[in-house]
Amino acid sequence: MSERAAKVTPAETDEQDDDQITDSAAPDAVTEPDADAASESTTEPVTNGAQSVVRALENAGVEYAFGVQGGAIMPVYDALYDSEIYHVTMAHEQAAAHAADAYGIVSGEPGICLATSGPGATNLVTGIADADMDSDPLVALTGQVPTAFVGNDAFQETDTTGVTKPVTKDNTFASDPDRVGSDVSEAFALAREGRPGPTLVDLPKDVTKSETDREPDEPKTPDTYHVQERANAEIVAAAAERLENATRPVMLLGGGVIKGEASEACREFAIEHEIPVITTMPGIGAFPEDHELSMEMAGMHGTGYANMAITHCDTMLAIGTRFDDRLTGGIETFAPDAEIIHVDIDPAEISKNIHADYPLIGDAETVVEQLSTAVETSPEAKKWRAQCQQWKSDYSMAYDAPEDEPVQPEFVVEALDEATADDTIVTTGVGQHQMWACQYWTYTEPRTWVSSHGLGTMGYGLPAAIGARLAADDDQDVVCIDGDGSFLMTLQELSVAVRENLDITVAVLNNEYIGMVRQWQDAFFGGRHAASDYNWMPEFDKLAEAFGAAGFRIDDYDDVAETIEEALAYDGPSVIDVHIDPDANVYPMVPSGGDNGQFALTEDQL
Amino acid sequence: MKRGLDGPAPEERPTPAGRRNKQGIRIDPEVEATHDPRRTVISALVKHEPGVLSDVSGLFSRRQFNIESLTVGPTEDEERARITVVVEEPDPGIDQIKKQLRKLVPVISVRELEPDAMRRELALVKVAADRPDQVAAVADMYGGKTVDSCPETATIEITGTRQKIEAAVETFSQFGIREISRTGLTALARSTDETAAQSPAVGTEEMNRQDKHPHTQTADDD
Ligand SMILES: Cc1ncc(C[n+]2csc(CCOP(=O)(O)OP(=O)(O)O)c2C)c(N)n1
Repeated sequence: MSERAAKVTPAETDEQDDDQITDSAAPDAVTEPDADAASESTTEPVTNGAQSVVRALENAGVEYAFGVQGGAIMPVYDALYDSEIYHVTMAHEQAAAHAADAYGIVSGEPGICLATSGPGATNLVTGIADADMDSDPLVALTGQVPTAFVGNDAFQETDTTGVTKPVTKDNTFASDPDRVGSDVSEAFALAREGRPGPTLVDLPKDVTKSETDREPDEPKTPDTYHVQERANAEIVAAAAERLENATRPVMLLGGGVIKGEASEACREFAIEHEIPVITTMPGIGAFPEDHELSMEMAGMHGTGYANMAITHCDTMLAIGTRFDDRLTGGIETFAPDAEIIHVDIDPAEISKNIHADYPLIGDAETVVEQLSTAVETSPEAKKWRAQCQQWKSDYSMAYDAPEDEPVQPEFVVEALDEATADDTIVTTGVGQHQMWACQYWTYTEPRTWVSSHGLGTMGYGLPAAIGARLAADDDQDVVCIDGDGSFLMTLQELSVAVRENLDITVAVLNNEYIGMVRQWQDAFFGGRHAASDYNWMPEFDKLAEAFGAAGFRIDDYDDVAETIEEALAYDGPSVIDVHIDPDANVYPMVPSGGDNGQFALTEDQL
Repeated sequence: MKRGLDGPAPEERPTPAGRRNKQGIRIDPEVEATHDPRRTVISALVKHEPGVLSDVSGLFSRRQFNIESLTVGPTEDEERARITVVVEEPDPGIDQIKKQLRKLVPVISVRELEPDAMRRELALVKVAADRPDQVAAVADMYGGKTVDSCPETATIEITGTRQKIEAAVETFSQFGIREISRTGLTALARSTDETAAQSPAVGTEEMNRQDKHPHTQTADDD
């Protein structure tokens, strides 16, 4: 019991410890929920703020919520108890946010996470920030100390709206039990509409406990929120003309293509006009990587051919990308000959990093259709396409895997890809393994690549696999390609996967290093491995077994195919501890701020 | 064992002729432009609700926009407040500020004011009152009003453009300034021109404009 809880008077000791102190001392004593509330079905009228919150989620069609209990959020959990919404208790709130984030990526509908006030809320922050950087739809509901205590440094109080302001699309401090349900509805609508993103509603305990019979309003964005669907017709016409006259055109597809459900429209457009297609990392899956026109991913660890194409194009149709520095490298050398047609639903992305010659503000699918109508003749780019194919063979993503050497990570990624269906969902942590998972897995469908792009959060992979599993179709496989360092950050969530019996296969590419750091140390810090040598790693297969999951281990090539098959066949969570070559590095590589066309293929070229 | 990939080395690859400047603008004679910072006034109409000022100021600090002054106050509509921001940034930065401000959910509309907009500041200047007649004369000269006086000090209220206030402060300094408090700038567009409209739709057209720099002139005070 905490120090403050110890001060509770005897009369209060039958109540739950920490939160009750604040409650009982609150000036406006709030009514306890009706004793027989538990027997009420969801169609009964709401009786308190918390029920209104849950009703808002139900109205929005929410099926799953991820979270951890606690004092200040307890009324909401109490209301959830009667609801059809399935709550997945996570081991840590960060994981709740990542699971909800991944749920949002795979399903397209906002994922929901819950946490209590103070440490519960601050534990969510990494996951919220991650969703913010990647524009993933997410709704976070946090408990808060009763209104009368707010600002007094009460037990487990954090200024949650203050802390999360810079990393949310919008957040609200709920102050009125009659409004609280509608606050949640609005947060849901905002998270989903326009450019998606995380929203948060902070729920003081007195507000959720207070009586109200107010049903929440339907999910609707506030009247100050406006999204432009169609791009300006004149600029569309000008952009179309530019495309018709291009001799070295490319399409650059970002995450916005997937979020805007524009993959199909982009595919048709690219194929009709025979335009080579490059994706950003979040754009992976927007275009089938096995298609002839696909140049795959560009940027720091993009393919050599994508980086040649992006550097030498004369016209770039960029859709739903924010031109992150991992993609652009140095601004001065980014697509320096290209006129840029930039399609984005968020006006603030236009000319933020790269100047747009043709700004097309609007919904990706709608604008691609507008362009489709406007472009009458395809660009004459036969020579350019041949050049792109030439680059594909010049800079092919080939690697050596001699039998007598330690297992190469690329081989493992390819083996996993081969053993699974096309619609398999891949989640990852952050590091070298993430880059190999981009490079050596052939993605063909949108919403099958689930990774932490903008924030680059180690520990994302496993909780994301949990969220993705629940959003995926039953017959879809979910594979997490993780690093040993990343896995170690959130592996407690294995307990959740076991409890829920989630069919997930985790392949830990174990190099006993935080490998990406080691790679940079080798390249830029004279090989001084300061704090990157993780030769104290546990045996992940045994650890998995301790959690109740299936554990496997791969030490050499002979094991690879068979072990992968067994792990995939296991009905429930399985972990393969893959001991890979500890010295393997990721190539190609553009050093940060470098010229994409000058990517290094080997260490000496760095 | 081989480490790395095959393919022509960087020096064997063709390089393109073009280049961009730091702002991501392609450097070719037609679009080449140097972007020096300019001072301008941005007016935002916002929902009058708690937290909106911190939304706006937080946006400026986390995006590292150079903000010179920021004022806020109620409007004719009690549910609306007006925020007036003076910034000094190159044009692409000013564009970004406007767009980022529009993105905040409680922000209704945003407009960069024309250079001829009316701009005012208020200052309270507390000076030593050893020479009361001369203090009164200087106050008069700047249209100032004495709002408090005692044997030791006199406090004068001055309103006007930034230059006028600076000039007044400069002149008052001969008496020995005890304290100064200034409000920062507030502004309205001239005549029937709407400063930052009630309707958020205004501004969308501006975003679509291909001539990306609506005001090339720097806002000097009138
Ligand atoms: C939470 C967090 N802390 C630190 C980092 C910095 N970082 C980026 S990659 C990396 C190494 C990741 O190591 P591991 O998960 O073992 O993957 P590997 O690179 O070995 O495949 C680190 C430490 C990060 N991205 N996220």
